[in-house]
Amino acid sequence: MITLTINKISITVDEGTTIAAAILNAGVTAFRKSVTGEPRGAVCGMGICFECRVTIDGIAHQRSCNVIAADGMEVVTDE
Amino acid sequence: MNKVTTDVLIVGGGPAGMSAAVAASGNDDVRITVVDDNPRIGGQIWRAELGKLKSVEALELLALLDQQWITLVNNASVFSNDGSSVLAETPSGRIQIEYKSLILATGARERLLPFPGWTLPNVLGAAGLQALVKGGLDVQDKRIVVAGTGPLLLVAAEYLTSKGARIVAICEQTTNKKLDRFALGLWRSPSKIVQGISLRSKLRGIPYYRNAWVTKADLQSVTIQHFGQTTDIECDMFACGFHLVPNIELAQLLGCEVADGFVSVDDYQQTSISDVYCAGEPTSIGGVEAAVVEGKIAGFAATGQIIEANSLFRARKKTTAFAKALDQAFELRDELKTLAASSTIVCRCEDVQYGKLTDHDDFRMAKLQTRCGMGACQGRICGAAVEFLFGWKDRSVRPPIFPVKMENL
Amino acid sequence: MSYDVVIVGSGIVGAACAASLSASRLRVLVLDSSGIATGTTAAGMGHIVLMDDSEAQLALTGYSRKLWNTLAQELPADAEYEHCGTIWVAADEDEMNEVRRKQIVYASHGSDAEILDGRALRELEPNLRGGLAGGLLVQDDSVVYQLCATKFLIERAARYGTTIRTGTNVIEISDDGVRLENGEVIAAGVIINAAGVFASELSPELKIVKRKGHLAITERYPNFVRHQLIELGYLKSAHGSDGDSVAFNVQPRITGQILLGSSRQFGVESNQIDFEILKRMTNRAFEYMPDLKTLSTVRVWTGFRPATSDNLPYIGKIPGHENVYAAAGHEGLGITTSLGTAELLTSAILGKKPAIPIEPYLPSRTITEH
Ligand SMILES: Cc1cc2nc3c(=O)[nH]c(=O)nc-3n(C[C@H](O)[C@H](O)[C@H](O)COP(=O)(O)OP(=O)(O)OC[C@H]3O[C@@H](n4cnc5c(N)ncnc54)[C@H](O)[C@@H]3O)c2cc1C
Ligand SMILES: Cc1cc2nc3c(=O)[nH]c(=O)nc-3n(C[C@H](O)[C@H](O)[C@H](O)COP(=O)(O)OP(=O)(O)OC[C@H]3O[C@@H](n4cnc5c(N)ncnc54)[C@H](O)[C@@H]3O)c2cc1C
Ligand code: FES
Repeated sequence: MITLTINKISITVDEGTTIAAAILNAGVTAFRKSVTGEPRGAVCGMGICFECRVTIDGIAHQRSCNVIAADGMEVVTDE
Repeated sequence: MNKVTTDVLIVGGGPAGMSAAVAASGNDDVRITVVDDNPRIGGQIWRAELGKLKSVEALELLALLDQQWITLVNNASVFSNDGSSVLAETPSGRIQIEYKSLILATGARERLLPFPGWTLPNVLGAAGLQALVKGGLDVQDKRIVVAGTGPLLLVAAEYLTSKGARIVAICEQTTNKKLDRFALGLWRSPSKIVQGISLRSKLRGIPYYRNAWVTKADLQSVTIQHFGQTTDIECDMFACGFHLVPNIELAQLLGCEVADGFVSVDDYQQTSISDVYCAGEPTSIGGVEAAVVEGKIAGFAATGQIIEANSLFRARKKTTAFAKALDQAFELRDELKTLAASSTIVCRCEDVQYGKLTDHDDFRMAKLQTRCGMGACQGRICGAAVEFLFGWKDRSVRPPIFPVKMENL
Repeated sequence: MSYDVVIVGSGIVGAACAASLSASRLRVLVLDSSGIATGTTAAGMGHIVLMDDSEAQLALTGYSRKLWNTLAQELPADAEYEHCGTIWVAADEDEMNEVRRKQIVYASHGSDAEILDGRALRELEPNLRGGLAGGLLVQDDSVVYQLCATKFLIERAARYGTTIRTGTNVIEISDDGVRLENGEVIAAGVIINAAGVFASELSPELKIVKRKGHLAITERYPNFVRHQLIELGYLKSAHGSDGDSVAFNVQPRITGQILLGSSRQFGVESNQIDFEILKRMTNRAFEYMPDLKTLSTVRVWTGFRPATSDNLPYIGKIPGHENVYAAAGHEGLGITTSLGTAELLTSAILGKKPAIPIEPYLPSRTITEH
C-alpha cells in the first residue's frame, strides 16, 4: 500500500494506482480550476486532455492520470 | 542531455508498437528502441491495471521483447524531431534518440464533442473512464450512463460492470440500419473489437438504446434524445465518447503525407518519407488486429524482412475492410452539430465558447483571435470537435507537440 | 467604387493606418493576401515600450506609447491591455551606469523612470535570481494582446466605412493604384505599402530584411512575473550585431501565462524552430530566472521582424512616386509604433503638421548601410 496526501489529507491506495484515481477515490472531483474558474476533472484517462492537471510535490500542471502514486507524494488540487 | 542511437525507433508501445518491435527483432543485427509516454507499456487496449499488464497477448509479446535486443523506455513523451532524431521528455530530463528508421505507432484518442454540461467534473470519456478504472479508480455501485458512439461503449460498459459499477443505460447515436449492416459484415472479420458487440449478451438487462444521444448533462443526470423524445436519466457519472481520432501530430511534424486525417502509407506501411513507417491507428481505426498486423509489417519492412512482410498482406486486407466498416457504422449524425449552445465551452483549455467561434471562417483565424486550440492539450480535444462542427481542418503542427518543461526544450 | 486610399497589408500597422485615415473621412480599402493580423503581427510579443536606441526612436516610441495609453480606455477586454510597466534589469555595476544614463534620458523626455537597487528589484520580482545589481522601472510601459487589438482597429476602420478584402494578393503598386493577382486593377488617390516583411517586394526602394525571432509561452503561473523584464544587454542584442543573438526578455500575460523572448537572426528564411538558438535563448533566461526551468512550456513559435538598417521604420512618401507611401519596416517595435506611424502618415497625406517631426522616418532619408 502507498500513502500520500491529497490537499493535506493522508490517504492510502493500492500500489500502481494513478494519482487521478487516488484523487477521485478520495472524493475530490475538482482537479483544477479552468481559466474562467470552473472546476474540472479527469476526462480522457490517457494524458491527452490535460484536464486532470494538479500540483504534485510543488510542481504545477502535472497530468495526474499519467503519474503513479508513490509514498509521501503531496498532491494539491483545484489551483 | 542524454543522447542515444538506435537502428529502429518505435514511438508508441501499444499493440502496433510492440508487434513491430517483435517483428523487427527477427533481424539479429538491429538495435531496437521502443518509447512510450505511459508508465507501463501496452497502449490503450492492453493498458496495465494497477501497474500490472493483464492481457495474455501483451504478456506474451512482452516476454518476447524481454529476450531480444530491445530497449524499452517508458514515461518518455516524444515532443519533437530534430533531423533524424527525436526529442523526448522523461521524468529525469530530456533524451535525444537518433534512428536509422522510425516506426510511428502512436495510436488514437477518444473523440469528445461539446454539449451543455460536458465540462462538468462528473462527465468523462467512455474509454477514458475505463482507463481511469484501470488506474485504480473505484466505481463500485456507481450509477453510470455510457453514451456516444462506437464499439468501445460496449467494451467500456462491460468492463465497468465487471468492476461493480451499475450501468444505467447505454446510448448509441448511430442508426439501427447502420448497426445491422455492420453486424452482418462481422462474420467476415473475427475481430477482437467485435467481441464488444457480442458483449451485449453479457450486458443483458442494461437498457441499450440506438438512435439515442445526449443533449445535456448536469451533476445528477443526463438528458437523452431518443426518437424525438427526451428523457432524463439519473446517474453519478456520465461516460461519453464518440469513437476515436488518430494521433497523427508526430507524423505531421515529420512532414508525412496525411489524407482525410490519417497518415498515408504504402504496402509496407512506409509513409511518404522513406524510412519512416506508421502502423496501427494513425493509419486507420481498425482495432487491435489491425494494429498488430500493421505493426508486424512495419517491423519486418523496416528491417529488410520483406518475405515476412509480404506474407501478412492478406491478413491486413481483412483488417482494412473492417476499419472501413467501423467508420461507416459509427458515422456521426448531423444532429450532434447542434448540441452546443452559444455559451457552451468548446476549447476546454482556454474556455472558448461556441458562440465566440462562429464569427470565424477557419481554424487559424479562430485560434489567433480566441486562442481556441492554443492551450495545454494543443487542440487534441477541440480540434476534432471543430472539425466536425465547422469542417475546420488544421495542418499546422509545431514542436513541442506536448508541453514540456522549459529546460527540456 | 473608388477609394481615396488603398492600404496593402492588414497587420497592426495597416490596421492602425486604416483606423486613422478613415476617422479623417477618407474612403479606405484594406487588402491582405492572407487574413487580418496573420503576418508578423501574429508572432510578436505585444510589449508597448519606450526605447532610446536613437533620438528618433525615442520620439516615435514615446509618442506612440502616449497614443496607446489613451486608446486603452476604449480597447475591449480581449485586447488584454495591461499597464504592467517594464523593468530593465542590470546584472552588474557597469549596467547600473547604463540604468542611470537611461533614467536621465527618459526623464528629459518627460517619462518617469525609477532606479531600483538589487533589493528593490528582488522585492518587485522575487523570481529573479539574487545578486543582480538593480534595474530601471519604467512605469508607463504596458502589454497588449496585439491580435485582438488589431482586430479592434480594423473593426473601428470598418465602422468608419473602410472596406476590407482578405485573401487578396497585390502584385504591383503604382501611382495609379494596385494590381491584384487576378488581374483586377484598383485605382486610388493614395496607396500605402504596409506589407511588413514583404514591403520591399512591392516597393524595391524600401530596404527591408527579415530578422527571425523565437518565442515560447508557458502554462499559467499567476504572479510568477509581474513586469515585463528585459536585460539591459538587450540593446546590444537588438542592435549591436549582425550575428545571431539572444536576450532575456520575459512578459507576464494577463492570463498568468509567461511569454519568453527573444532571439534575433538575420539571413534565415525558414520559419522552423531552431533548437540550438532556442536553447541559447532559454539558457540566457535561466541565468536571470532559474525557476523558469521547470515551467511547463505550451508552445514555441517564430516570426520575422521587418528590419531596416538603421532600426527606424519607413513612414512617408516613397521616393520616385507621387502617391505611394510606406508604413513598413518596424522591426521589433511595430506593435508599439503602429499608432504613431498611423498618425504621422495621416498628417502627411492630409498635409497637416505632424505631432512629431516625420523627417527621420521618411523613406527618402539617406541610410548608411552597415
Ligand atoms: C482510451 C482508449 C481505450 C481503449 N480501450 C480499448 C479496449 O478496451 N478494447 C479494444 O478493443 N480497443 C480499445 N481501444 C482501441 C485501441 O486503441 C486499439 O484497439 C489498440 O489499442 C490500438 O493499438 P495501437 O498500438 O495502434 O495504439 P495504442 O494502443 O493507442 O498505443 C499507442 C501508444 O503510443 C503512445 N504515444 C502516442 N504518442 C506518443 C508520443 N509522442 N511519445 C510517446 N508515446 C506516445 C500512447 O501513449 C500509447 O501508449 C481503446 C482506445 C482508447 C483511446
Ligand atoms: C518575435 C517577435 C517579437 C516581437 N515583439 C514585439 C514587441 O514586444 N513589441 C513591439 O512593439 N513589436 C514587437 N515585434 C514587432 C512587431 O510584431 C512587428 O513590427 C509588427 O507586427 C509589424 O506589423 P506590420 O503590420 O508591419 O506587418 P505584418 O503584421 O507582417 O503585416 C503585413 C501584412 O501584409 C500582408 N501582405 C504582404 N504582402 C502582401 C501582398 N503582396 N498583397 C497583400 N497583402 C500582403 C501580409 O499578409 C500581412 O498580413 C515583435 C516581432 C517578433 C517577430
Ligand atoms: S485525464 Fe486527460 S490528461 Fe489526464
